[in-house]
Amino acid sequence: MVTETSPARRGSDHRRRFFTHLGLIAFGLVMLYPLLWMVSSSFKPTPDIFREAGLLPGTFAPENYTEGWTALEYPFHHYIWNSVWIVAGSIVGNLLACSMAAYAFARLEFRGKKLFFAIMLMTIMLPIHVVIVPQYIMFANIGWINTFYPLIVPKLLATDAFFIFLMVQFIRGLPKDLDEAARIDGCGHARIFLRIILPLSLPALATTAIFTFIWTWNDFFSQLIFLTDPEMYTVPVALRTFVDSQSQTSWGPLFAMSVVALGPIFGFFLAGQRYLVKGIATTGIK
Amino acid sequence: MGLTRDRASTARPAATAPPPARGGRRRLRRRRGRDDLAAYAFLAPWFAGLLIITIGPMLASLYFSFTDYSLIGDPRWAGLDNYREMLTDERLRTSLRVTFVYVFVSVPLQLAMALALALILDRGVRGLAFYRSVFYLPSLLGGSVAIAILWRRVFGADGLVNQVLGFFGVQGEGWVSHPDYALGTLIVLNVWTFGAPMVIFLAGLRQIPAMYYEAAAVDGAGPVRRFFAVTVPLLTPIIFFNLVLQMINAFQTFTQAFVVSGGSGGPSDATMFFTLYLYDRGFGSFDMGYASAMAWLLLLIIAGFTAVNFFASRYWVFYGD
Repeated sequence: MVTETSPARRGSDHRRRFFTHLGLIAFGLVMLYPLLWMVSSSFKPTPDIFREAGLLPGTFAPENYTEGWTALEYPFHHYIWNSVWIVAGSIVGNLLACSMAAYAFARLEFRGKKLFFAIMLMTIMLPIHVVIVPQYIMFANIGWINTFYPLIVPKLLATDAFFIFLMVQFIRGLPKDLDEAARIDGCGHARIFLRIILPLSLPALATTAIFTFIWTWNDFFSQLIFLTDPEMYTVPVALRTFVDSQSQTSWGPLFAMSVVALGPIFGFFLAGQRYLVKGIATTGIK
Repeated sequence: MGLTRDRASTARPAATAPPPARGGRRRLRRRRGRDDLAAYAFLAPWFAGLLIITIGPMLASLYFSFTDYSLIGDPRWAGLDNYREMLTDERLRTSLRVTFVYVFVSVPLQLAMALALALILDRGVRGLAFYRSVFYLPSLLGGSVAIAILWRRVFGADGLVNQVLGFFGVQGEGWVSHPDYALGTLIVLNVWTFGAPMVIFLAGLRQIPAMYYEAAAVDGAGPVRRFFAVTVPLLTPIIFFNLVLQMINAFQTFTQAFVVSGGSGGPSDATMFFTLYLYDRGFGSFDMGYASAMAWLLLLIIAGFTAVNFFASRYWVFYGD
């Protein structure tokens, strides 16, 4: 990075750049060190985790992974599957329901639009705690506790209003000529939405899908409340029982499973960086 | 509908069918380019969600907050009992104090860090995208259970931090299990996730036209003067935006405190966040009435601070032109 600096630069400028990069790299290392240490520790025998601050395992212990995988009531892929189901349902729900609502807010004129839009914005800021108790009672009454429905069905009803807002912002930025032309040609709203707006909104849809993935995969509070049967546990809930049930001796396997839990997020982060950065830059959340 | 294929003549009469009196008005609106029916159709899932998942439960929890309800049997009307109990509940006061300290220490630190890094990166550093990604990554991971587990180990008595301190001959504390420091480790965790506001700051800095700086330089303003006379005022809307957002988030912190303290809010309630106590009362001891009252208090606190932020913003946020 440092050597990239153009040789034509004046000495002082050159030095300043050098120290900027040096500082940034050092700071970045400190920031990421706990993560790197966790990955490395997941390959260390547990006693070494308490002794070694370094990154290279003195003794290589890949058995942490096999041990951790089977340490809980169900093998770890069981929890991964549960998480995947919820994540997949949430992504489908957010893509469908939020994009439909966004089309209405961004392109259609209707009675009460301003009021509904304001309500929609307010629900973004609503803390989940205000609705969680009655939701729990409601879902318990229809027998949905320990099913994935309480975690997926709300997404099909566009309750993640943040994504409506994100897509409204995006659709407003699209030129209106195309849908006006389609309208003159006799296209209904359904066709305009499906054939014109959705294909043009792919970047916003990708941002939605990636953020939904990461947030749902990480979500703990609602999964903790709605899933109490170990068979239905998701990755975060399973990890939490792991940390509570194990003694000091199994930090190796625990770290191994934590790395497994973070892996998909890291993968999506690498694959979708562009969308993530754009997404937060335009709407500004997490 | 569907007698002929001519949409213009069939769809509309069908739409106006119910009350003939309103039909005329609707046709008028149509001429002004309205599409109420289509819009409501597109919004149908959202309306349903708003009623069933959001507003209904909100009103229900407001009602429960005036009752004594343990899930077994029906809610019993208790008037203001829950709210009265909150006034004297020592643990509730503790949880409020913990949460306030967390919000008012970690959010300013986090935003200061985000702004500082954004300013450094905005000076045309090569490899900007790379650094931005490195600093942003913790924001994505920070709220997860796995990171909370890691934090417990990093700040444990024989954890990473103390190993590093020991290298310099310093004997560290058991940070997560010490009542004076446990909250500090969670504050560090929140500051660690400064990447998201940093990305927003960076986007904001990009919006400042270069000619402002050039004009200031021509007028003889040095770098410090340019920073305070150009950058800061033009960035205040973004600072405000980040402040509101991060405060709302911080008030709702749960996962980190729950996992780091093993669900107890310990040591000696040092990390008993408001949401943790709410969970404990609602889903630990099934005191749904009290939990609902707490939830409404949280809503009022968040709404109140957001309102204060908006009110105060008139005095320091600069909206140009």
